[in-house]
Amino acid sequence: METGSTADTGTTGDEPVWTGLPPGLLRMRRLLLVVWLGLLAVGLGLLLGLLAGPPWAAFAVLPLALMGWGWVMLGRNWASWRYAERADDLLISRGVLWQEETVVPYGRMQLVEVTSGPVERHFGLASVQLRTAAAATDATIPGLDPDEAERLRDRLTELGEARSAGL
Amino acid sequence: MTAPGVDDAVRGRPTVTERRLHPVTPLRRAWAPIAVVIGWAVHDPDQAQRQLTRLTTTTLLIALAVVIPAAALYGFLTWWFTHFAVTDAELRIRTGLLFRRTAHIRLERIQAVDVTQPLLARVAGVAKLKLDVVGADKKDELAFLGEDEARALRAELLARAAGFAPETAHEVGEAPSRELLRVPPGVLAVSLVLTAATWATLAAALVVPPLLWWATHSVWTVLATALPLLGAAGASSVGRFVGEYDWTVGESPDGLRIDHGLLDRTHETVPPGRVQTVRIVEPLLWRRRGWVRVELDVAGSSNSVLVPVAPREVAEAVIARVLPGVTVPPLSALSRPPRRAARCVPWWWRGYGLVVTDAVFAARHGLLRRSLALVPHAKVQSVRLAQGPWQRVWRVADVHVDTGANKTVTARLRDAQEAAELLRAQAERSRTGRRGARPDRWMAS
Repeated sequence: METGSTADTGTTGDEPVWTGLPPGLLRMRRLLLVVWLGLLAVGLGLLLGLLAGPPWAAFAVLPLALMGWGWVMLGRNWASWRYAERADDLLISRGVLWQEETVVPYGRMQLVEVTSGPVERHFGLASVQLRTAAAATDATIPGLDPDEAERLRDRLTELGEARSAGL
Repeated sequence: MTAPGVDDAVRGRPTVTERRLHPVTPLRRAWAPIAVVIGWAVHDPDQAQRQLTRLTTTTLLIALAVVIPAAALYGFLTWWFTHFAVTDAELRIRTGLLFRRTAHIRLERIQAVDVTQPLLARVAGVAKLKLDVVGADKKDELAFLGEDEARALRAELLARAAGFAPETAHEVGEAPSRELLRVPPGVLAVSLVLTAATWATLAAALVVPPLLWWATHSVWTVLATALPLLGAAGASSVGRFVGEYDWTVGESPDGLRIDHGLLDRTHETVPPGRVQTVRIVEPLLWRRRGWVRVELDVAGSSNSVLVPVAPREVAEAVIARVLPGVTVPPLSALSRPPRRAARCVPWWWRGYGLVVTDAVFAARHGLLRRSLALVPHAKVQSVRLAQGPWQRVWRVADVHVDTGANKTVTARLRDAQEAAELLRAQAERSRTGRRGARPDRWMAS
């Protein structure tokens, strides 16, 4: 059942069509960052201000600086995630400093998982995880819309069945 | 506890005969309580002696009268409640006294079949049979079966897994085996003598305890370090010799047969097309003699040695049988990383190498102890390209190839451009590599 054709995805040859992640994931991560580090900054400021004197409260700037840095980092990390469905394999590319690109042929997929934790669910997000027989295969696409995640899951399962192969 | 419909469907088929394990099985754990007592006595001799003097003959007799029947009953009941059956497509194992457990192992998914005989089992004329399946448990072994029964069962399981008709599978019998290689004991002994690890553990075992004695003058400290060290030294020299004694690799229509062991005999069968990776390891001290060690990975199997020691040409001939259509690429075919890789991994970068042929992805690493890993394209599960910041500065990248035996083969420090092309090309090759592969039921087509 090897088709090898590129017609059904509309891609031309080896030029993959990349899809980025929806902005929901970035919003969620930034919100969590602001909430936690904001709480930390306030707590630290109050504690130091009360116990060690007001000048020490300036240390509360540290979490704020971390927040600013994290804000930028999360943005860059989010922007680096992308995936492409090709005719016969799925490409996932990610990472800013440590870049990693994974190729998983559909025929090697053993299992496709859609997971969504409570926080993710609140933001309307879901992750798709591909499992192959190799545990080292780490093919996860986080922060998708649940509809897109389900579409991807169904499509991957369908393609995986068509091109299925054992170990 | 099956649904009625299912029950009917099962009844419609020829009935499955359930069998029990060999009657000596209950004795297999008989030594456990004794070992516990001995361990306790060794651990705390003073206390043990005091307790022993307090014991009167009567209490001893009563204890024996309680413990032995209880242990015997437990052993008997576990044996009584363990059944196994071979159906058309599965091996079913039903076990458990309080917690029932049923394992159905699909035969076409078998990765390897092991028949092992520990020393005592050899004396008793019984053997353990274990099926390696991905995700299988230690519990799913049949221990113990009669020696002939184990052999017949292995032949039957392999025949059914190979896709012989169920009616004939029983009579197919053991597939004829052709010997490919036998490691002479002398060569094995010399190879172990020439292994640096053996000497390192031996030296540690001989040097560390006297030093400790000189430093602390405490018998217990010395014993506590000397015993594990001596144990490790023994395991890596004598233990390996005993375990790898009379190593025989054979070939049969059922796949590869690996038999070895001086005291504990192990007979392993790996059906065709189950080998995920093969590694040729060349320790420094073996290089002058041209010897190599060959390791293999099969999903779900713990054994990883194919040939403990053999001349390179012989080993390559064996590999050509194990991975049909694969020739081991000569060292000259390997391409090294670009010179600038030295900025990422000084000196050792010279040990890295890569060659991709029509059949395999082969990556080498190691400078003193060279190791060449071969992955058939059909066995590649996923391909990854990874590049850290420092590597990006020098425009190099690593390519990881993941296989089904949870082993990853890495081509390190390739030129970034080359790595990107390699990633694409390897994904394509691993996808198309499947076409020529044999089916799971290897005799069916």
